[in-house]
Amino acid sequence: MSTNVFILGAAEGGLHFNGGDIIFQLVMFIILLALVKKYAWGPLMGIMKQREEFVANEITAAEASRAEASKLLEEQRELLKQSRVEAGQLIENAKKQGEAQREDIITTARAEAERLKESARREIVQEKEKAVSALREQVASLSVLIASKVIEKELSEADQEKLIKEYIQEAGEER
Amino acid sequence: MNHGAPIVEFLGLHFNLANIMMITIASLIVFILAVVSTRRIEMKPTGIQNFMEWVMDFVKGIINSSMDWQTGGRFLVLGLTLIMYIFVSNMLGLPFSVIVGHDLWWKSPTADPVITMTLAVMVMGLSHYYGVKMLGAKAYGKTFFQPMSFMFPLKIIEEFANTLTLGLRLYGNIYAGEILLGLLAGLATSGYADGIGSGLIGTISAAVPMLAWQGFSLFVGSIQAFIFVMLAMVFISHKVSQDH
Repeated sequence: MSTNVFILGAAEGGLHFNGGDIIFQLVMFIILLALVKKYAWGPLMGIMKQREEFVANEITAAEASRAEASKLLEEQRELLKQSRVEAGQLIENAKKQGEAQREDIITTARAEAERLKESARREIVQEKEKAVSALREQVASLSVLIASKVIEKELSEADQEKLIKEYIQEAGEER
Repeated sequence: MNHGAPIVEFLGLHFNLANIMMITIASLIVFILAVVSTRRIEMKPTGIQNFMEWVMDFVKGIINSSMDWQTGGRFLVLGLTLIMYIFVSNMLGLPFSVIVGHDLWWKSPTADPVITMTLAVMVMGLSHYYGVKMLGAKAYGKTFFQPMSFMFPLKIIEEFANTLTLGLRLYGNIYAGEILLGLLAGLATSGYADGIGSGLIGTISAAVPMLAWQGFSLFVGSIQAFIFVMLAMVFISHKVSQDH
């Protein structure tokens, strides 16, 4: 322990000052610094910076796409609302139109029915009149027939003669 | 406990070969770890890439807590490399140490004050460099006389004190940890020289403290790496921020 009581002295190796160690350490450290900077830390820092930028870009992109999505959502919502209103209008219109058409059809049908009824009535009246007149004719001819038959049966030759004379007389008096 | 160091002289400088080896090994481990973890980097991180990104975020947090990112961003690579290097260095001495002959070969490089002071001086030097670069020489010089001009000697002392504490705190923690680990290892093995019984007693009595101390050293090593980087960033921010 005796020689190493003074630690600085011990490391100097007694009498010697290790100037070579100092220079070697310095040179080695500078070489190491240069080498690891070139082959290790440089690329590592590069990739870390790249990742940082990548993440920042991703965040920006995500924010942008989220804004886009919300805008689209709003748009879609608006469109949906609009189309719902439109659909309601369409239904309303169709209902109204149907109502109108129904009214129309009913009115037409009613008019048609009225017209048919009217013409039928007129026809009936016509037919009746025709039938009455035909009947009247028939009755007239029948009555003539009957009268002639009655006359034919009851008039004897004497009576006929008498009748003829009467007629002639009458005709002469009136003249 | 008192091991020597394999020191050689080359070009008039003294090299501690153990330090050289451990510095190289720590640097290699950090480099391999870093490259392997970022070999296949993807947008969706998996496995070790996650870990590396966590470390990077951790260092980012350290820097952000002491200065704004506008000025602190350029120190990310420095902080990241420092924390990895110091952490790996602290961990290297934990599992074992290798002593060849009388020389200690395998240890934490940060268990040597020369290494830690080198790192500390480097950080302080960088802080002054960036202070001049970002504030301008005049504004940088002014910081030594603020808030009052009589503070100047204190400011000068503060610079040296900061450097010393930054380096020696790390060194002291790691060196102490290794010393205690070495003592416990000695307790576990030295008894066998007297007989199998005393050896067993020594091993058993050393096992639990050894386990506890290794766990604690793991904790200390991580904390010290964090503190070193934290303080480095605080000192740098003191030099580069206008409002100080």
